[in-house]
Amino acid sequence: MGRIKTIARRSFLIGSAAIVGGVAFGTYMYKRDVANPLEADLGEGAATFNPFVKIDADAVTLITPRADVGQGAYSIQAHLIAEELDVDLDTVRIEPGPPSPAYYNGVVAVEGMPIAATSETMLARTGRGAANVVGKLMGLQLTGGSTTVPDMYERLREAGAVARETLIAAAAAQTGLEAGTLRTESGAVVLPDGVRLAYTDLAATAAETPVVEEVSLRDPSTWRHLGKPHMRTDMVAKSTGTQDYGIDLRMDGMVHATTRTNPALGGGILGFDASEAEAMRGVQAVLPITGGIAVVADNTWRAFQAAQAVACDWGDTPYIGDTALQFDAVATSFVEDRQDSRFKDEGDVTEALAGADVMEAEYRIPYLAHAPLEPMSVVVKLSDGRLDIWTGTQIPRFVQAGAASVAGLEAEDVYVHVLMSGGSFGRRLEDDYVRQAVEIAMQLPDTPIQMVWQREEDMTHDFPRPLAIARARGLASDSGVQGYDLSIAAPSVAKSSLARLGQPAMGPDVAIVAGAWDQPFAIPNYRVTGYRVPAMVPVSSWRSVGASGNGFLHECFFDEMCHSAGLDPLEERLRLCTHDVSRKVLEAVGEMSNWGSDPGAGRGRGLAFVLSFGVPVAQVVEVMDTGDGIRIDKVFVAADVGRVLDPVNFEAQVTGGVVWGLGHAMNCELTYAGGVAQQDNYHAFEGMRLYQTPQIEVRGLENGTKIQGIGEPGVPPAAPALGNAIFAATGQRIREMPFSKSVDFV
Amino acid sequence: MKLTVNGKEHEVDVEDDMPLLWVLRDELGITGPKYGCGIAQCGACTVHVDGIAVRSCQLAAGDLEGEVTTIEGLGTPEAMHAVQAAWVEHQVAQCGYCQSGQIMQAASFLDLNAAPTDDQIDAAMSGNLCRCGSYPRIRAAVKTAARRLQGV
Repeated sequence: MGRIKTIARRSFLIGSAAIVGGVAFGTYMYKRDVANPLEADLGEGAATFNPFVKIDADAVTLITPRADVGQGAYSIQAHLIAEELDVDLDTVRIEPGPPSPAYYNGVVAVEGMPIAATSETMLARTGRGAANVVGKLMGLQLTGGSTTVPDMYERLREAGAVARETLIAAAAAQTGLEAGTLRTESGAVVLPDGVRLAYTDLAATAAETPVVEEVSLRDPSTWRHLGKPHMRTDMVAKSTGTQDYGIDLRMDGMVHATTRTNPALGGGILGFDASEAEAMRGVQAVLPITGGIAVVADNTWRAFQAAQAVACDWGDTPYIGDTALQFDAVATSFVEDRQDSRFKDEGDVTEALAGADVMEAEYRIPYLAHAPLEPMSVVVKLSDGRLDIWTGTQIPRFVQAGAASVAGLEAEDVYVHVLMSGGSFGRRLEDDYVRQAVEIAMQLPDTPIQMVWQREEDMTHDFPRPLAIARARGLASDSGVQGYDLSIAAPSVAKSSLARLGQPAMGPDVAIVAGAWDQPFAIPNYRVTGYRVPAMVPVSSWRSVGASGNGFLHECFFDEMCHSAGLDPLEERLRLCTHDVSRKVLEAVGEMSNWGSDPGAGRGRGLAFVLSFGVPVAQVVEVMDTGDGIRIDKVFVAADVGRVLDPVNFEAQVTGGVVWGLGHAMNCELTYAGGVAQQDNYHAFEGMRLYQTPQIEVRGLENGTKIQGIGEPGVPPAAPALGNAIFAATGQRIREMPFSKSVDFV
Repeated sequence: MKLTVNGKEHEVDVEDDMPLLWVLRDELGITGPKYGCGIAQCGACTVHVDGIAVRSCQLAAGDLEGEVTTIEGLGTPEAMHAVQAAWVEHQVAQCGYCQSGQIMQAASFLDLNAAPTDDQIDAAMSGNLCRCGSYPRIRAAVKTAARRLQGV
C-alpha cells in the first residue's frame, strides 16, 4: 500500500486545477492489466477468466466487490454478470472477494473534481478519464458516491461475456464442435443436439483454454434480467433472520469485547481504574487502547456492563467543543482568506446585486450522525503473524492497510473478509473501530474476538456530516430571477476523512458547494462561493455528502426569490433550465403532483430540484397544516439515471433517500457540549418513523446519456421541498434544521 | 435457568438481570434478534413471548415467563411464515438489519388484529426504526400478510 500514497499525492493534482498533469504519469502503468486475485488460491481444475468469475467442479462463483450496505449492491453486480454469463442467481455463489487493486473504483474520484455533471467540455471529459486512471493506479477499492452501477455497468457485463465465450471455447475444444454452433443457458453450454454441458463440468477444460478477450456485449433489447423488475438476492435471508452481519458471526472459542473511548472527542485517556470491572462476572480482561479501554468478556452484555464500570480519567477535547461556538467559527469564516472555491461565477453579481432591493437570508444546517442500525462491529483474530478481519466495510484495502500498520504486519498478512453491513450511510468509510479491535487482538492473540460498540459509543464517536451556514443574496423581478449569490461556509469533509486514510487532500473541497454550484440554471448573474471553516471535530461523508445540506441551502432561497417576485417556482426553473434531461425531470414531477392546481385549504406544495452524482432529481412535497402540526402527506419524485436496471430496487433507493432526507430535516441534529455529542441514542436522534412517513410516488426517467447510481441523489431535494411546502401551507419560512425547532410535526 | 426458545428447551447459567436479547445471542447463538439501541427505541430485538411481541433488550432473563419465539422460529427460508413471505414479495429489506424485529412485530400485531386499518398499522409499527427508510413497503407488506393470513 506504500505506493498508494505516492500516487494519491499526484492524483489530487487532478482533483485540483492541474487536470492535464494526470495524463503525464504512467500511461504504461494504467494500461497494464491488474493481476487477478482469484488466481492466488485457485484449486485444481478450477478456472478464472477475470477478477469477477470463478468456476470449479462445485460451483460458479461471482465476485461482487462493491460493498452492500443495504443499497442492493451485491444483487445488481450479480445481475450484471449473469446477464452475459447466463447463470441463474439462485444456483451460484456470490462473494465480495478479497481486498485487491483489481477491484478499483474508476469513477469515484470524479466526485472530488470541480466538473459539472452536465459539462461535456474537453476538460470535463479528460477529468473523468483521469478519475479512472487514478482509481486504477491507486487500486482504490471503495464503495460510495453512488458509483457502483456507473463503474461496474460495462466491466461486469464484459466479465460475464468473457467467461461465457471462454466456456463456449472450452466446450468446443472438448466436443470438437464449432464454437458458433453452441449456445449458453442457465449455467450450461448447450450443444446443437440439446445436450447440456454444465459450466461446473467444463471448469477443468476451461482452465486450460485461452481466455477469449474479444467479446461484444448484448444489446439491451435482448436483456433477460436487467431493466426488468427482479428479486434481490438477499431478500429471503433478510426476511428470515438468516443473514449474517459482522455482529452475528460466531466462532469456536470466540470472546466478546467492547470499547470505551473518551466521549469528549480526541481528549484521550489519562488513566483508569478497572478494579471493579475486573471483578465482574465473565470479564476476562480490561485492556488499554488508544484513547480509552477495552473489555473482553464471555458475553457482549457483560462486556458492556463492565465497560461502564471502568473509572476513566478523560482528557479535554482539543476541538471547539460547544455547538454555539462551532457555529460561531462557521459564521466568522466568510472572509477572503478562507475562500475555498468559486466554481460558479456568471454575469456580474456584484453589479446586479448592488441595489437596495436585494433579498438576503442566512441558513443553517447542523451536524448529523450516520447511526446505522448495526453498531460498529468486527471480528478479529491474530495468530502466528496472520491477522483475519471480518466486518462490513466500504473500504477493504484501507482497512487492510490500517490494520497492518497497527499490528506491525505487511498488508498481505492481513485478510479482510467483507460482510453484509447493517446500514452505513457513509459510516463504514472509516476504519477506526477495526483499529481498536486490532489493538485488542495484539494483547490477546490466538483468540477470535468480536468487538461490538454500544449504541452510545457509536453515536458519540461518529464522524458526522458537518454543520454549515449559507449566506444568500438575490434579486428577482416579474421577469425572473436576475441574480443569485450563494456563499456556503463549512468544514472540509475531504480533508478530514482523507487524512484518516493517510491521504492528502489538496485544492478546493468540492463537497463544500456540491449540489449548489453545479445546478443547470442560466441565472444571468449567478455565483456560488465556498468558504472553508478550519477543522473542528472530525467529519465525514454522509449519504449524498455535500449535496445533503447544500440542496436545502440552494433550493429554499431560490424558492424565496420566486415567491418574492410572484414567480411560479416550477415555471421559473423550467425557464432557466439549460439541461434537457433535467427539464424533463422537472416537467415529470409537475405532472405527477398536479402542480399548479389548488391543493386545498391548509395544504401546500413545495418543489425542489437537485442534480447530484450526475442524477437530476425533482421532488414535490405536499403537506397539510392540521392545526396540531404539519403532516407530510405525499411526495412525488422524478429522477433520471439514464437507464434503470432494476425498477424495484430503484424505487426502494429513491424512497429510502426521501425518508432519510425528510426524517433528518424534521427531527435531527447532533450537538456538542465539551466535545461530547449530546444525542447518544435514538430517543434523541430518531429520523423518521413509520407514522410520519408520507406516500411516495417515484418515476424513473431514462433520457440521460450516461448510466448513474441512485443510492444518494434522492436525498438532497427532500428537505428543501419540505421547507418550501411548509412555506406554501403556512407562510412560515424555515431556514434552520431541524425543522422541529420551528414547527410541530404530527 | 431454563427457557424454551423456538420449541426447544435450554438451560443457561446467567444473571437474572441479563436481558433476554443477550441470552439468545451470546449464550444460545440465536442471532436473528438484533442489538440496535439497548433502550427499546429501535425494536430490532423484537421476539415473541407466548406470541406477544416484546423488546428482548428490555426483558430481564429472570423475569421471563413463557415460551420464546424468535424470527428463526417464526419460519425458515424453506417454510416462511405469511408475514415473511409478504416481506419477500414486496422486497421490503434494504440493509435488512431491522427487519427481524419488524417482522416479529407485524406477526404479533396481526395475530391480535387480523384486519387492521391503515392507522392501526402505522401505530403498531412505529416503534420499530428503519434507518434505510423501508416504511412504505412495510405498510404494503403488512396489508398483504393480513390478507394472506385471512385466506383472502
